[in-house]
Amino acid sequence: MSCIEQMKYKLYLERTSFKDAREYIEKNSEEVYYVDPGYKIFKDYYIIGVPPVAMGVRGKEMLFTYVKPCHGTFVMGIDSEEEIARLRENEGEKIKKSLKKGGPKEKAEAMPASFGDMWKK
Amino acid sequence: MTEGKKALLVMGCPEVPVQTSMVIYLAHKLDKAGYDVTVAGTDAAVKLVKAADPENHYIKKTADVDQLIGEIVEQKIDFDISFAFMHSDAGMTYGATFSAISKARPFAIVFGKNAEALAASIDYPAEKIVAKATHNPNPLKNKIDKVVL
Repeated sequence: MSCIEQMKYKLYLERTSFKDAREYIEKNSEEVYYVDPGYKIFKDYYIIGVPPVAMGVRGKEMLFTYVKPCHGTFVMGIDSEEEIARLRENEGEKIKKSLKKGGPKEKAEAMPASFGDMWKK
Repeated sequence: MTEGKKALLVMGCPEVPVQTSMVIYLAHKLDKAGYDVTVAGTDAAVKLVKAADPENHYIKKTADVDQLIGEIVEQKIDFDISFAFMHSDAGMTYGATFSAISKARPFAIVFGKNAEALAASIDYPAEKIVAKATHNPNPLKNKIDKVVL
C-alpha cells in the first residue's frame, strides 16, 4: 500500500475510467501539467496511467489520478506546496529540453518563406 | 533464442475466472520456451496463482505490481517481453503504464464480457490478444497459442 492512503486526501471522483478522471482534472484545475506514467509523487507512489497523464493544481492542492486494479480510477486531491513546486519545475525542464532539441531554430527553418509557399503545402 | 530472456506477466483484478488459469498456462509455456518468468499482481491475484501451484512448478517468481512499477522506473529491473492481462479500464491503464516505462515488447491480453470494446480503447503500443472469455478459457488459450514467442 502506498503512503498516499495514509495521507489526508480528498476524493473528487471514485471508481471511474482513466479517461474521465483525466478530463475531470483538466476541467477543474487552475493549472494542468502532463507527466509520463511512472512519475513519482510523495516518496513512494509512481503514477499509473495512459499517456498523457494529467496532474492539476488548484490553490495549494494537487489533483492526480490514483488507480487500483479492482476498483478503477480515483481523482485525489492532496495539499502539497512541495509537490506543486516539483510539477512546475518539471514543466520548466521539459520546455528547456524541447528548446535544446532545436525548438525555435528548427521551427524557424520549417516556416514558409511567403504566403505563396503556405498554399503550396 | 530466448535463453536468459525475461518475461513479465501482469495480472489485473482476479475477479474473472479465466485469468488465473491463463496466467499459469502462459507462465508454463514461456518457461518451456526458455524465459525467466515473473508474475506480478495485487496481493489477492498473487495468492490465487500461488495457491494453485503450491510447489512452484509453474510460477517461480512473483511480485507486487505497484512495487514492480517503482523498480522498473528506477531501472533496477526490466524485461524483454510483457503480457498485461486486462478485463477492465483499470487493467488497461496498468498495461499502458508498463508499455510506457518498460523496454519490453508489450502484449495486451484482453478478455471478459467487454473484451472487444476494451481492446478498441487501447491506444498505446501493444500487440493485442483478444477473446470474449470469462469462464471458458479455451477461446483465450487458442489465441495465446498463436503468439510466436
